[in-house]
Amino acid sequence: MDFSLSEEQQLLKDSITTFVDKDYLFDVRQNNIKTELGYSSDFWKTFADLGWLGMPFSDADGGYNGGPIDLMVIMESLGRGLVVEPYIPNVVLAGGLVSRLGSEEQKQEFLPKIISGEIQMSVAFSEPQSRFDLNDVITSAKKDGENYILDGYKAVVMNGPSSNNIIVVARTSGNQLDKEGLSLFIVDPSLKGVSLRNYSNVDGSKASEITLENVSTPATSLLGSEGNAFSALEEVIDLATLAISAEALGIMEKMNEITLEYTKTREQFGETLSSFQALQHRMVDTFMAYEQTKSLLLMCAAKLTDKSDDAKKAVSALKYQVGIAAKHVGEESVQLHGGMGVTEETNIGHYFKRLTTIRAIFGNTDYHLKRYSAL
Amino acid sequence: MNLSFSEEDLKFQDEVRSFIAENYPADIKNKMDNGIPVSKDDIQTWQKILSKKGWFAVNWPEEYGGTGWTITQKHIFQNELANANTPTLVPFGVSMCGPVVYTFGTQEQKDRFLPGIINNDVWWCQGYSEPGSGSDLASLKTKAVKDGDHYIVNGTKTWTTMAQHADWIFCLVRTETTDIKQQGISFLLIDMNTPGVEVKPIITIDGSHEVNMVYLDNVKVPVENLIGEEGAGWNIAKFLLAHERTGIGGIPALKREIRRLREITSELPLGEGFLKDDELFMDKLNKLEIDLLAAEYSELRTLAAMSKGGHPGPESSILKIKGTDLQQGLSDLFVEALGYYAHPFMSEDDLISNEGRIGPDFAANVMPHYLNYRKVSIYGGSNEIQRNVIAKAVLGI
Repeated sequence: MDFSLSEEQQLLKDSITTFVDKDYLFDVRQNNIKTELGYSSDFWKTFADLGWLGMPFSDADGGYNGGPIDLMVIMESLGRGLVVEPYIPNVVLAGGLVSRLGSEEQKQEFLPKIISGEIQMSVAFSEPQSRFDLNDVITSAKKDGENYILDGYKAVVMNGPSSNNIIVVARTSGNQLDKEGLSLFIVDPSLKGVSLRNYSNVDGSKASEITLENVSTPATSLLGSEGNAFSALEEVIDLATLAISAEALGIMEKMNEITLEYTKTREQFGETLSSFQALQHRMVDTFMAYEQTKSLLLMCAAKLTDKSDDAKKAVSALKYQVGIAAKHVGEESVQLHGGMGVTEETNIGHYFKRLTTIRAIFGNTDYHLKRYSAL
Repeated sequence: MNLSFSEEDLKFQDEVRSFIAENYPADIKNKMDNGIPVSKDDIQTWQKILSKKGWFAVNWPEEYGGTGWTITQKHIFQNELANANTPTLVPFGVSMCGPVVYTFGTQEQKDRFLPGIINNDVWWCQGYSEPGSGSDLASLKTKAVKDGDHYIVNGTKTWTTMAQHADWIFCLVRTETTDIKQQGISFLLIDMNTPGVEVKPIITIDGSHEVNMVYLDNVKVPVENLIGEEGAGWNIAKFLLAHERTGIGGIPALKREIRRLREITSELPLGEGFLKDDELFMDKLNKLEIDLLAAEYSELRTLAAMSKGGHPGPESSILKIKGTDLQQGLSDLFVEALGYYAHPFMSEDDLISNEGRIGPDFAANVMPHYLNYRKVSIYGGSNEIQRNVIAKAVLGI
């Protein structure tokens, strides 16, 4: 039994922590999220230069052979800095699908550019009625000579606005809820019939509503074989769930630190807030929520690394716990800050907003509790 | 025990209901129903309609323009306002400053200030909290020094709701520094147009501007604006806090919102069916509804005791805790109901643009409401302070 990081992983962690503490300042982030792009392309270039964008890819694909534990290390550290740059939709989701299912040509076309930070991609998997069910897909794709014709609507596509290419999940056969019959297409958003409505989310990230109307995309844009996308999609979303759980853990750790510090300095009734036992117990509870989450995160990362039979179940256990702990730690941190916790100028509220959206991303507690029971 | 309304009460209920149906302006109703923020003008228009009918200063004694309604009638009235989704009445004048003036003020002060409040011509805000004095209100530092027939006021007030719209502010100020911090506090009314008063917005995490900092820099306030004795302000503050805590539970609005959420579960698509097919979600909705039912009957018990001449005591702290827990819990369930569609952020301009909204129509306000409602367990005496009150006053510890 050993839960410690390897020397390389520790170096990776230190390098991101240094970047976050020194360069990724709260004010800088706040200014960046107000721009049309919504993040810093300079920072993205830095991520590429430091090798973080290439981490999850094999060396054959030009990456660094990183596994789930490396991904966890990256996301936990990015979470502490409340980093808004779209690592998960771009690198983990889109990159993950291309590296798993792509032809040599497709890999050559996209992976080097993801790793170098030259292009942005995203995956359009959710629809208005699907909530978190990956198999619930109405968007259709029909073969038409050398092309496929796509029709449908995709909801809240993370990183949609700056994507040069969007991987669309579409149904080539079967009924709305079937796992069989799903296919992936790497769609150029400038194609006729593709329209994006771009917007900001409450956590400062960007997303799009995507309408596909009689979109003709070449058969060469099919990613993987027709009708068989589900298992790769599920595998990639599971990995992304680990990633976002790690981000949540970093956020919770930071929120607990900020809150503890605040209660040590804020005085009421002639004493610091931290001297009141009723508040001490509550901070102990948020600390324990963090610890419990960390335990499941490490377990899950290990099981995904080992490709254990119960890895999927571990993912759902983890995301369930993240949902519970995120609500607990988020709400308590704001409460313990009093009025300061609900102001736009204080960082705690912005950590809270991101932690709150994470509760739902890739499935909320109800979804993962049901998936856990069913597996 | 008799838990039903009398025939007279039911008649009253009909009267209120039809008055609202006939007089609630359609444009304001449209904003409220579609989650578009109402303006000061909208609120003022609606409050003036109630005022003209004599239904605005509901709780005031009849001699000052109150209704003389029974507790049950007041309860029915609040319920009907909430059911019709009318704008929340702004409490600072009618529920706070007014009662202070008619309870502690001189005849001259009553004549001067009460008409403006009841007619809605003068808007008030509350100058209580300071940057260093939140839960520990008595530690406030804003100083008022007597200089002939004026006080010179210096200090900073914070979390001042609607200060940007207010004509006047009622303030707790320190007129004397004493060993016991509750002493030496006075209750002063200040015209917001006086030189030296400056309002700066505080934007909250939902992106809205409700609260402000109010800076008081050498503000000259006539001594006739002092309410009660100099140094007796803390008693007035305690009187007001008890007032503020009744009705803070917002039970009528919660009942309307939970009904709305139940309707929504039949509208929101989920797979080939609707959200109502999701048992885990419906469990949570039902549990919350039972909790709300208990809070509603706790409030009714308090009202019944008050109608027999009792005063709202620590019960108001219980209602504040339970009510705000429920408000926060329900706002969270709305967020859960929406899944990903809780995440898009819509500005006020987006809400009224022709482009249409992202996701279901009601979605735009759901996350802002959840974020904004973190405040309810903080304001009006945080829920931690309310627990201290209950521990002391009820449990005797």
